[in-house]
Amino acid sequence: MDIRDLWAEALAGMLARPVRSALTTLGTVLGITTLVITLGVAATAGNQIVGRFDELTATAITVEVPDKADPLVTWDAPAALTRLRGVTSAAALAQTDESSNLQVASNTLVDPARVTDQTLAVVATGPELPQAVRGRMTEGRFFDAGHVGRRDRVVVLGDQAARMLGVTRLTSAPAVFIEDRAYTVIGILGDLRREQILSTAVIVPPTIGADFGLKNVTRVLVNTTLGAADLIAGQAPVALSPNHPDELQVIAPPSPTRARDGVQDDVNGLFLILGLVSLVVGAVGIANVTLVTVMERVAEIGLRRSLGAARRHIAAQFLLESTLIGMTGGVIGAGLGLVSVVAISAAKEWTPVLDARLALAAPVAGALVGLLAGLYPSLRAARMEPVDALRST
Amino acid sequence: MIPDVPPDVIRLDDVSRMFPTEPPVLALSRICLRVGRGDYVAIVGPSGSGKSTLLNTLGLLDRPTSGSYLLDGIETTTLRDGARTRLRGRKIGFIYQSFHLLAHRTVAENVMLAEVYGRSGRAWREKAGLGRPRPGRTDRGRTGNGPAGRAVTGNEPASRGKTRGAPTAAPTDAPAGAAVDGYGRRGRRARAEEALEKVGMTHRLDFLPDRLSGGERQRVAIARALMGGPSLLLCDEPTGNLDSRNTGAVLDLFDGLRDQGLTLLVITHEDAVSSRAGRRVRISDGILTEE
Repeated sequence: MDIRDLWAEALAGMLARPVRSALTTLGTVLGITTLVITLGVAATAGNQIVGRFDELTATAITVEVPDKADPLVTWDAPAALTRLRGVTSAAALAQTDESSNLQVASNTLVDPARVTDQTLAVVATGPELPQAVRGRMTEGRFFDAGHVGRRDRVVVLGDQAARMLGVTRLTSAPAVFIEDRAYTVIGILGDLRREQILSTAVIVPPTIGADFGLKNVTRVLVNTTLGAADLIAGQAPVALSPNHPDELQVIAPPSPTRARDGVQDDVNGLFLILGLVSLVVGAVGIANVTLVTVMERVAEIGLRRSLGAARRHIAAQFLLESTLIGMTGGVIGAGLGLVSVVAISAAKEWTPVLDARLALAAPVAGALVGLLAGLYPSLRAARMEPVDALRST
Repeated sequence: MIPDVPPDVIRLDDVSRMFPTEPPVLALSRICLRVGRGDYVAIVGPSGSGKSTLLNTLGLLDRPTSGSYLLDGIETTTLRDGARTRLRGRKIGFIYQSFHLLAHRTVAENVMLAEVYGRSGRAWREKAGLGRPRPGRTDRGRTGNGPAGRAVTGNEPASRGKTRGAPTAAPTDAPAGAAVDGYGRRGRRARAEEALEKVGMTHRLDFLPDRLSGGERQRVAIARALMGGPSLLLCDEPTGNLDSRNTGAVLDLFDGLRDQGLTLLVITHEDAVSSRAGRRVRISDGILTEE
């Protein structure tokens, strides 16, 4: 039997009952569509998540500096770091256990009706901090090199700290008292996207921090451009402390690829199961309909056998018919799935991420489903004795 | 060199067929039958007498329990399933009472179906003297080289030469392949048209079977059986579903085919059919007797 004849016979068999064939493909269409949407949307959403994840985390490096009598990192470290290609901002901080629990009050009057004293952390840092923590001055301004140079007794409050102390407006140049020493509040720092713990801190210049034992840098915050984190994580210790780079502990962000894969795995897992279940349902549908078709076409099988068709010809024809039905379902499912992914992306204003291999693999998967589903009915058709098949009509 | 042509198309020696039911049924009992090339044999008998079992055995659709069956000189009882299928496809044309036409295929496609499996256009080509014969394997090449006027087949183009009243079956001495150029898939349509021309159905080429009358359907089935040039035409109650007018037309067609040298074996319980055959064989309780 010529292979073209086999194709022609299978195609004719499939098209002989077009409505039934169309309904039979539905299961595969649903399964493949679900799979394509799942994989497509997961890739698209994963890309979005990674984009945000990168901005927040993948570019953030923290260098922990051990507190030693001989400082490992000096206060001009940020300037040294920003000279590195790939560093967008950096800030040095000083914070000790003692400075984390200082009594801070907005005035010295004792008001039994109000709690005016708060136990807050005092953190010393340079003027670069707002950029380094990606925050925004909600009130006033941050201190600058002038404040530092002049040893001005100024502080900036984290927005939560300001709320706790009852400081909301700066027009009257309010003061706060740290350990009974007054400092002018010149700004409130809020909307922190990094080091959000600072929102409950009192931030002081390094020259003032010395009043609370904050002489040495204990932590350096570094922000990099996308993709530069790994490189900077290697270079930062040397830039910060050329003589003792090994003593610094660098906390680098997790790999973006791993993060994306993790997110995609979570999303994919659930929906892949859903798609596979649909596909199994589709396969059972094809198997059922093919089996019914075989039973209906017993006379045709008998006729073909009498015309010289071997068992393998009969099996091949039914197998090819079910494979074609599955493949058709795969093609339609792939099309519907891709259109859905684009539509969902358009609705969410995402950039659709479509793997071309998915569009090619879907019809193959559909064909495979049809092939597997057609195995039993085909074998049953092939096993039919021609004399029995002809007698049944 | 002309290869030897076995004198008998069918030779049954002591063929029995036992169905292992409870109790066992002996459908054919030590049957001996010889059918020569060009014979037109009617097998008659009541229902349950073993007619269909005999037809299935002759058509290689069933295996005898014992005995020997030579088809065109080839011992078939020892052949494996695949070889029997190929032999059946090449040498035997079937005509059924219920026509067995595929409802979703056109008349031409139904006829062309006969060449999809065993019977390729090779037989036609070799009959036209264009192919190499394979002595001892099949009858390919023999008929084309055989005695004039004894060439098997319903392959010859219609409408010319002698007739015996068949509607359109009109044999000529010209081999069919000479009229139809092609081999395998190529030329299959033309060969189908030629077969349909022999049964007078060329005007219904692209009709679906459900638009045909019973007589027309049977003529299409006959055309399909003739495709590829079989050695033997096995007919199972071919006029069982036809009225008297169509029955007459089909029997005229059989006469024409017999005149072309085709071997016909017809199972029937209609006297009108069996009386047209040159030889009548009666089967009763699995026992065959000549009449």
